[in-house]
Amino acid sequence: MTNLIDIVLLLFLCAVAVAAVRMRNLFGIAMLFGIFSLLSASVFVVLDAADVAMTEAAVGAGVSTILMLSTLAATGSRARPRSKRWKLPLFVVVVTGCALVYATLDMPRFGDPLAPIQVHPIAERFIRVSPDEMGIPNMVTPLLASYRGFDTLGETGVVFTAGIGVLALIGRRRRRDGSLVEADRGPDLATERHPIVRVTSKLLIPAILIYACYIQAHGDFGPGGGFQAGVVFASGLMLYMLLYGVDAVERVCSPKVLEKLIALGLLLYGSVGLVDMMQGGAFLDYRTLSHDPKHGLHYGILLVELGVGVTVTAVVSTIIFTFAGYLRRGPVAPEA
Amino acid sequence: MSILLDLLSWVLLLAGGGIAIVAGYGVVRLPDVYTRMHAASMLDSLGALCVFLGLALQTGMTLMTLKLGIAYSFLLLTTAVAAHILGKSAIKSGLEPLSGPMVGSVARPNVGQEADAG
Repeated sequence: MTNLIDIVLLLFLCAVAVAAVRMRNLFGIAMLFGIFSLLSASVFVVLDAADVAMTEAAVGAGVSTILMLSTLAATGSRARPRSKRWKLPLFVVVVTGCALVYATLDMPRFGDPLAPIQVHPIAERFIRVSPDEMGIPNMVTPLLASYRGFDTLGETGVVFTAGIGVLALIGRRRRRDGSLVEADRGPDLATERHPIVRVTSKLLIPAILIYACYIQAHGDFGPGGGFQAGVVFASGLMLYMLLYGVDAVERVCSPKVLEKLIALGLLLYGSVGLVDMMQGGAFLDYRTLSHDPKHGLHYGILLVELGVGVTVTAVVSTIIFTFAGYLRRGPVAPEA
Repeated sequence: MSILLDLLSWVLLLAGGGIAIVAGYGVVRLPDVYTRMHAASMLDSLGALCVFLGLALQTGMTLMTLKLGIAYSFLLLTTAVAAHILGKSAIKSGLEPLSGPMVGSVARPNVGQEADAG
């Protein structure tokens, strides 16, 4: 029965992908990508990966759709007519597709109990030992934040770099003395008042923000953690920006503060590791944080997740606000 | 008693599924945006209500039912607003209902505004 749901969802995914390729209206394609992400999130839920589903729904269906739409607002929403040369691209696509299909033949069958990931001793160890060793019901959280703390530090670094990159490319320009270059301000994004949507959003936004804090704090017990909380929080802020404009949202959380939060989260993560070393342990070995090693683990994981959450929130909201601000200054960047 | 509850819950779940099928058929077959929206929003409110009640009968008086209720109330709130904004933007972009242009509605001035902004 679950297989049937899988098959139907995957068929939907194929249909949406084909529709996105065939459509010429970029606005519609952006919407189709949102649907695609929502369907993928449903696939993840069917596979019991609620953490991934949360991120996919918030980033794929929410944030990236808005980013694509705001890009379209700057560039126009029709694709250029098809180019005449189609033989070489078709050839490349077919060859790549065949190679990918050939590669899947080597992959284990879906749900195969003998797949390498199931029989590898480390999986056995994580599943058997981690609940006792960590005392944390949600197995994903200690895996992510403790056993594979280095990976997660690297991932947070990637998010950090993405935020810095966007700021460097289309962020606000500063003069030599550090003051902001004020470009001619075009109309704000939220030029139109939608009273009904605004009233509803006033009910929804606090709930979204509280839910994000809940995901952040509850990550030890249920699905969730820093990444999920960060994107959900940022999408709450995004909703506010869409309805009330960039100025209003920048009064709530100013770009200056966000800039610092981007670095602060990563700094918190790294500092936890350094404190561990100062206490005589290894980098990111949280057991040294407290007298009781288990408590140390819990403190460490909570702090690290908080760092991830702060960085992800700040980066995602910075990217959205920067795009919106860029649009308002006009499609072509006026400042040299 | 529990058989009765199960039965009722199945009837509600099947009704929800049936409404989903009818709504999907309506979205494909109905002639214009506004009638299609009508079909789709019927699924959002009534179909989801049937599924929610059916599931609530299965979970009983537990925390799960409360969570289901919260999820449903979010759905009720957001889908109604989504339908509203969809209809509004359809009017703004100049789509006229099949039954003829809207008289005395917000449609006229908004269409003018759109031309100005564009």
